[in-house]
Amino acid sequence: MSYDVVVIGAGSVGTPTGFYLAKQGLKVLVIDRLPSPGQGSNKAAIGGVRATHSDPAKIRLGLRTIEILSRFAEQYGYDVEWRSGGYVFVAYRPQEEKILKDLVALQRSYGLDIRWCGAEELLRIVPDLNPEGLRGGTYSPGDGHCSPLLLCHAYYELAKREGAEFKFGEEVVGIEVHNGRVRAVRTTQGVYPTAVVINAAGAWAAHIGKLLGVDHPVYPDCHEAGITEPVAPFLAPMIVDIRPGPGSANCYFHQLATGQIAFCITPDPPIWGEDLRETSAFLPQVARRIIQVVPRLAGIRVRRTWRGLYPMTPDGLPLVGWVEEVRGYLVAIGLCGQGVMLGPALGELLARLVAGLVLPEDQVVLHSLSPERSFERAEALR
Amino acid sequence: MRIESHPILSVARAEPFTFFFGEAELLAYPGETIASALFAHGIRVFGHHPKDGSPQGIFCANGQCAQCLVLADGRPVKACMTLVRPGLRVSPLDGLPQPPPAPERLGFRDVEEIAVEALVIGGGPAGMAAAVELGTLGVQTLLVDDKHRLGGKLLLQTHRFFGSRNAVYAGTRGIVIAEKLTAEVEAQKTVEVWLNSPALAVFSDKKVGILKEGRRYTLVQPQVLVVATGARERSLVFPGNTLPGVYGAGAFQTLVNRDLVRPAEKLFVVGGGNVGLIAAYHALQAGIEVVGLCEALPDCTGYKVHKDKLLRLGVPIYTSHTVVAAHGVEHVEGITIAQVDERLRPISGTEKTFICDTILIAVGLDPVDEFYRKAQEFGIPAFAAGDAQEIAEASAAIFTGRIAGRKAAQALGREVSIPLEWERTAAILKSKPGGIQARPQPPQLPVFPVIHCVQEIPCDPCAAVCPLGLIQVDPQDIRRPPRFTGERRCSGCARCVAFCPGLAITLVDFRRDPENPTVSVPWEFLEVPPPGTRVLAVDAEGTPLAEAELEGVGRVPGADHTTILRLKVAKEWALRVGGVRLRGSIPEIPPEPLPIPNEAVVCRCERVTAGEIRALIRQGVRDLNEIKAVTRAGMGACGGKTCRNLILRLFREEGVPPQEVTDLTPRPLFLEVPLGLFAGMEEL
Repeated sequence: MSYDVVVIGAGSVGTPTGFYLAKQGLKVLVIDRLPSPGQGSNKAAIGGVRATHSDPAKIRLGLRTIEILSRFAEQYGYDVEWRSGGYVFVAYRPQEEKILKDLVALQRSYGLDIRWCGAEELLRIVPDLNPEGLRGGTYSPGDGHCSPLLLCHAYYELAKREGAEFKFGEEVVGIEVHNGRVRAVRTTQGVYPTAVVINAAGAWAAHIGKLLGVDHPVYPDCHEAGITEPVAPFLAPMIVDIRPGPGSANCYFHQLATGQIAFCITPDPPIWGEDLRETSAFLPQVARRIIQVVPRLAGIRVRRTWRGLYPMTPDGLPLVGWVEEVRGYLVAIGLCGQGVMLGPALGELLARLVAGLVLPEDQVVLHSLSPERSFERAEALR
Repeated sequence: MRIESHPILSVARAEPFTFFFGEAELLAYPGETIASALFAHGIRVFGHHPKDGSPQGIFCANGQCAQCLVLADGRPVKACMTLVRPGLRVSPLDGLPQPPPAPERLGFRDVEEIAVEALVIGGGPAGMAAAVELGTLGVQTLLVDDKHRLGGKLLLQTHRFFGSRNAVYAGTRGIVIAEKLTAEVEAQKTVEVWLNSPALAVFSDKKVGILKEGRRYTLVQPQVLVVATGARERSLVFPGNTLPGVYGAGAFQTLVNRDLVRPAEKLFVVGGGNVGLIAAYHALQAGIEVVGLCEALPDCTGYKVHKDKLLRLGVPIYTSHTVVAAHGVEHVEGITIAQVDERLRPISGTEKTFICDTILIAVGLDPVDEFYRKAQEFGIPAFAAGDAQEIAEASAAIFTGRIAGRKAAQALGREVSIPLEWERTAAILKSKPGGIQARPQPPQLPVFPVIHCVQEIPCDPCAAVCPLGLIQVDPQDIRRPPRFTGERRCSGCARCVAFCPGLAITLVDFRRDPENPTVSVPWEFLEVPPPGTRVLAVDAEGTPLAEAELEGVGRVPGADHTTILRLKVAKEWALRVGGVRLRGSIPEIPPEPLPIPNEAVVCRCERVTAGEIRALIRQGVRDLNEIKAVTRAGMGACGGKTCRNLILRLFREEGVPPQEVTDLTPRPLFLEVPLGLFAGMEEL
C-alpha cells in the first residue's frame, strides 16, 4: 500500500492538511503517535483566531482561516463554536499605547479592520474592563474564536469522508530517502511508501527533522492555561494585555461559546522544553493579571488548568514550504502557538503546493515563511 | 423534614435563624449546610441544567460533584459544602449563573508558602490515625480536611464497628470512634489541623495547593505526603439516573446521620454490599421506609449479618436483580428493577416497579487516589492509606493509616519500626467476607448465648466483652466465627448480645420457664413496644417463626443506645429466634414502560448520554480524551470523577478490550475555586 502523501501529526495543522489533500483527490495517510486527533497541542489551545498580525503572510493566512471558519457550519455541517467577537488589546500605560497605535497604523496599511479606541469607547465594547488607568486599546471586530477540539475533530471526520486514512498510536521512527528523494515513512508499526512527507508535528517537529538530518529551528516553550466554570455571556472579545508582569510577558483570555473563561499567560523568561506537568506558579500569576484587567473575573471559579507547548522559531514566524535538502519533504512547523488560527488556511496552501496548484498570491506567504530564510528580523507583534 | 429523635444519635440544636430560598423565608440551625437546610423543608430540586433544563439536586453530598449548585448571595456554591448563614439569600440555579459583580477593591496578597515535615490530606479514620502516629513521633505535621469537622465518614457511621478490639476499637460506634480519634489528634503538639481546607492540586514543583479555611490559597511544601482522601461512590447508567432523589448511599447517610434530616419517606437501595446494607439499616433507624434492596449478583456481597438485620426487619432483598429505570419528572417517584441473566443483563418480562421517592446507589467505591498518583509522578515521597489505598472497612482504614504514618516517619529518617503483625492485621481487616461455617450444636445449659454469626468476617468484640471469657475467637485469625465454649456457667449478662456489631447473638435463658424460655435480642430503634406486646419472632434470616410475648426491656451497662428485648418464646423455637419484626409487607405496582437505556445520562455535569458515547465507541473511538473533545463528557465541574468509570464500563459492555482504551488525562484542579483566591484576594 503506497500513498501520495504522508502527513506526520494529526493536530491543528496536520488534520486540515489531510482533509484538503484528500479533497484534491490525493491518497493521504495521516500518522500521529498519540491515540486520537488533536491530542498534542491542539487540545491545549484556547481557540483565539485573529488576522490582526503584523506580518503579511500571517495576515493572509489569518484572514483566510476566518473566512473558512465563518462559513464552516454552513459549508461542512459542523458547529465548531466560531464566534466573531473581535480582539481587544488594552493599554494601561503610555508604552503599550504607543506600541499598539504604531501597530494599528501598520495593520491598517495592510487593509485590516482594526482601530484605536479611547477608554470610553473601549468600555462601551467591554463594559467590565477595569476603567482605572485605562488609556484605550485596539479593537478588531472581525477576529474571533472557535473550539480547537471541535475544529480539529471536524477536519478529522471530513478528511476520513474524503478518503484520507489515519493511523494513531504510531510513532515515526524513520523516513527512507533514495537518491535524495523521500521514499517511505517508517513507524513503530510499519512502513508506508510515499513520495511526499509533510512534517506537521508541532512541538515535536525538530525530532522529525532529525530523522532526515535536517535541523529545524523549532523549540517548544511551555505555556499553562486554565478554564473556569461557565457563566452567562458577558465578555465578547478576546482580551490581550501586553504589559509585562512578574514571570509573564502578557496575558490573554476570552469567554467561550459555552460560557467558560479560558485564560493564558506567556511565561517570561520562556520555559523551554516539553514538560507538560502542572506547576504551582501559574494560577497565582495569571489570576492577578487577568483580574487587574477585568475585575469581575475574581468571583468566577477556576475549573481546570493544563500545560501545552508553543513550538517557537527564532523570529516568531512559522516555517512553511519544501525543504531543499530532501526532495518531497514539506514542512508546516513552528506555528508559535498559532496552529489553530493558521492551520485551516495552511492546510489549503499545503494541498495546493503538493498538487502543483500554487496561486500567485501564495508566493508572498511562501516567501515570508520559507524554511530556508535567515532569521534576522523578528515580528513586531507575535 | 428534620429528624427530631433518633435511636442512636442525640439531637441537639442551637437557636434557629432564618434564611431565604427564592422568596420563602426558612428556618435553619447553626452548622447546617444549605443542602440540609433545604432538605429539611422538603426542597430537593436546587435548579435546572443549562443544557437541557433537567432538574438538579444532591448527588454526592460530599463536595465531589457539582449537581447541588445554588446561588448564595448571587454566587454559585455547592449547597452540600456551604454552611447556611442567617439572612443568606439562596436561589435556585436555573441555567448559567451571572458572573458575580466585581469586588469593591482589588487587594492582592502574595500566596503564603509554608514547609512542613508531613502533610496528611484527609481527616477521616486513616488520616487521623496517621496524624496520631506522626504526632507521637514528634513529626511536624499538617492535617487538612475539606469538611468543617474531623472524622470523615466515621461521622456517618452510627453502627458498632467490626474488626479487632485490640487493634481498632471494634464494638464501638463509628461516631464515637470519630470523637476518640479527634481527641487523640488534638492532643498531639506537633499536629496542626486545618478544617474546611480542601486540597486542590499536587504540583510538579512538589508543592500542594490547599484552600486554607475555604478562602486563603496556600502552597504547602511537605517532605512527605500521606494521602487519606477516602473513596468516591460509583454510579450506574440507567434512565432517570440523574433525577433528584437518586443519591449515592454515602450522600444519604450524610444527610441522615450527620445533618439529621430525613431526605426520604420511601427508599429503594441498589446494591447489596456493606454500604448499601448499612445505609438501608440506617434509613430504618431514621424512620424511613425501605421498600426494597436489589443486588445484581446471586447473593449480597456485604456481611451476612448486615443482610440478616434487614431480612429480620422485613426488608425485601431482590438478589440477581438490577435497577433498569428511575421514574419521575422533577424528582424520583418510582423505580423499576428486573432480574438479570448470568452476564448481569436485565431479562425482559421480569420487571418489578415500586413507588419510592429516593433511590440509593450503593454499587461500590473507588479510591480517591489522584493526589497520590500525582505525588508519585512528581517524586514526592507519598503513602496512601485507608480507602485511598484500597477499599475496605473503616477499621482497616484506621490501621492502614497507622502504618502509613509510621512509613512517612521512616521516610523522614525517624527511627521507628512497623511491627510485622501490623501488616498481617491490616490484611485481615481488609479481607472480604468468607465462607459460611456450620452452626455448632447447642450446649445443654440453663442459660447460654446462641451465636448466629456463621460467616468468616474480621470481628472479635464478643470474645472481648464476655466477662467469663466463654466466647472464643481465634486470636491468630479473627475472621473465624466465634464459638461459645461452655466451659463454665454463662451468667446470662447479655453483654455479648448488646455489643455484637452484627446484632447476631441472642441469649436463651431456660431458668425461669423451661417450656417457654426467655430469648434476649438486641434492638436499635426508637420504637420500643411496651412489655406484654405480642410480636413476631423471626429467625436470624428473617423467616417468621412464631408470635412471642415481650416480657421486658433492658439495657446493658456501657452499651450505648442498644436496647435488649426479652421475649418469651416456646422452647421449640427459642434457639432459632434471631430478632423481631414490627411491620408489614411492601406493595408492588404494575411495571412502568421502560425508556430507552441510551437516554441514560453518563456525564451528569455536561448531560452526555450513553447513546452518544456508545455511538462513538461503535465508530471506533478508543480514547476517552477524544470522547471528551467531541461530547464534552468529563469536561464538567467534577472533571470526570463520576463519568470516567461509567465510560470505561460502556467500553466493556461494547466488548472493547481494556488495553485498547486510552484513559482520561488527569488535570488539576480537584475542586472549582474562585480566581480571586489564587490572586490572594480575601474579599470577593
